[in-house]
Amino acid sequence: MSVQAAPAPAQAPQSEERRSFIDTVVRAREVSLIGVLAVLVFAVSLAEPRFLNAQNLRDILLNVSIVALLAVGQTIVVVTRNIDLSVGSVLGISAWTAATLMSDHQGLPMIVAILVGLAVGAVAGLLNGVLVRYGKVPALVVTLGTLYIYRGITYQWAGGSQVNADKLPAHFLNFANDNLLGIPWLVLIALIVVGGATLVMRNYRVGRELYAMGSSPQAAELAGIKVARNLLGAFLLSGALAGLAGVLFAARFGTVDASAGTGYELNVVAAVVVGGVAVFGGSGTVWGAGLGALLLTVISSALAVLDINQFWQQAIVGALIILAICADRLVAVRIARSLRKRDAHV
Amino acid sequence: MYKKLASWDSIIILLTVLVLIVASLVVDNFGTSRNFTFMVLDLMPIILVALPMTFIIITGEIDLSVASILGLTSSLMGWFWNHDMSIQTIIPLCVLIGAVAGVLNGFLITGLGLPSLAVTIGTLALYRGLALVVLGDSAVADFPFNFTGWVTGTLGGGSIPNVLIPIIALAVVFGVVLHATPVGRSLYAIGANDQAAHFSGIRVARTKFWLYVVSGAVSGLVGVLWTLRYSSARADNGAGLELAVVAAVLLGGVSIFGGKGSLPGVLAGVVLLTALQNALRLEDVSGQALNIVTGALLVLSVLLPNIVTTVRGNWQRRRLRQSAAQ
Repeated sequence: MSVQAAPAPAQAPQSEERRSFIDTVVRAREVSLIGVLAVLVFAVSLAEPRFLNAQNLRDILLNVSIVALLAVGQTIVVVTRNIDLSVGSVLGISAWTAATLMSDHQGLPMIVAILVGLAVGAVAGLLNGVLVRYGKVPALVVTLGTLYIYRGITYQWAGGSQVNADKLPAHFLNFANDNLLGIPWLVLIALIVVGGATLVMRNYRVGRELYAMGSSPQAAELAGIKVARNLLGAFLLSGALAGLAGVLFAARFGTVDASAGTGYELNVVAAVVVGGVAVFGGSGTVWGAGLGALLLTVISSALAVLDINQFWQQAIVGALIILAICADRLVAVRIARSLRKRDAHV
Repeated sequence: MYKKLASWDSIIILLTVLVLIVASLVVDNFGTSRNFTFMVLDLMPIILVALPMTFIIITGEIDLSVASILGLTSSLMGWFWNHDMSIQTIIPLCVLIGAVAGVLNGFLITGLGLPSLAVTIGTLALYRGLALVVLGDSAVADFPFNFTGWVTGTLGGGSIPNVLIPIIALAVVFGVVLHATPVGRSLYAIGANDQAAHFSGIRVARTKFWLYVVSGAVSGLVGVLWTLRYSSARADNGAGLELAVVAAVLLGGVSIFGGKGSLPGVLAGVVLLTALQNALRLEDVSGQALNIVTGALLVLSVLLPNIVTTVRGNWQRRRLRQSAAQ
């Protein structure tokens, strides 16, 4: 009714209105995620006040930190219309490296473990990027292959052995629990990485170039964007963040064997997709992916607190992924329709 | 030149034969009929699921939920058995449930037009989650021996395993459909360019939909066979199998972008992977370290043909330049 009645008003307010409409649609995922999170937390804490106690909240934040780091790297790769399935295996090899290093050299400071983890991950990620860019092998194939290869190397190296918490130096294990102004280091690192990456992806040239590459790889190349450099950078960053996550994993759980992080790629892709990052590149935000990771962690914690069968968790994750891509599709159809309508006026 | 480019599947077939010959000469016990039975049992799930997967990847799509459908039907099989249903009812019911799981995939992908990669990652989690809900972490093991015995047994006690019959039957059916019927040709057309296929009168959406249904049904059947083989219904049966299947299909020369590949190549890919793993295991290489071989083969199967193409392209350009200079 209102559509029919609308005459052509002055140009300026109309474009203003349109921008705000598209803006809302684009922001819709983050806003609706925050809404869902708020409702969920409220409902669960009404049913079970234990949910809001400090220890539980702390556990949720510590758990989400590691997945959020992986989700940041994954978002940057997925935005360029690629995917990195090897993150779980990179986390595993880095966790094992850090744990053996620290148990063999008790005196090493924490920063060395972190740097080594970052380096291991960066090398693994760079190899992915080189194979994708210069080997012209699709990212899905490359990272599926390296998922096997990096995991296999870790098993070959570790055999059946594991590093236990009593073999690790105290300062390494304490890192997961230590605070800065009441915020655990793990959470602080995750917040800085999510915030920094959000800023760079939104406001800096290199970030916008990554989106352009994902929207149309050919156009990006023709527009003079350094596609090779950016692509290698994206994979390197995803690997490095997985490496960092591996060190934090080792510090948090204390016990590490060759299977650390197995299957994490599924959680991370789930977080990213639920967070509104389109699998075919070009759209989505880093902090949206972070919210996706938070939502999945809160759901699993809520199930535990409410004494609901833990086995439901994976089914819920699956249903959420499907719901999220259905919502994406709906938004895409609506944007396409509104663009068509605008073009029809011209 | 196109013939030469398409020859990856003949290379993989040759490589497979070579590995089989070398392994039976070098590795103790590799060539025995007992080991042959084990190998066939090991490759049964991968080869059966790889048949519909080949079709799907040739159309340019993917189905990552196959192993979860396997787990779901395995779980349900245990649940039905615990609820006193007869095994003769359970088996077709499980295949049907697999097909229904495929219907959901097919509807989301062709009905709503969602990307198959994202949809099947979602249903991968969903179906495995439902499997866990049905059976939790318990196992059901008391299936009747005449069924479990048939799956692990051999024809008349000889050296040919019983499961080879369904494997060969299904492989022949899928091979004939892919390589000798209009339906098979239309799959290549869809994979090469689905809009062009649509405009030449191929029912793209309907074809893709039925591929997912078939894929689900076959995964359901494999869930039954897997359960009977280990006589154990568990929610985590077949976890991670989708990666091995996709690896085998790509190794067999099917392009992940669709439009290219052949069934003999895929069969060779599956046999190559299984034979290598079997031989290395007999040589006491740890099972997990074999992952390195699987992963490397997967990457190389796409990387090597690319390198060959690039080198050949450079070489031809140089020849053209030389002849132009003359």
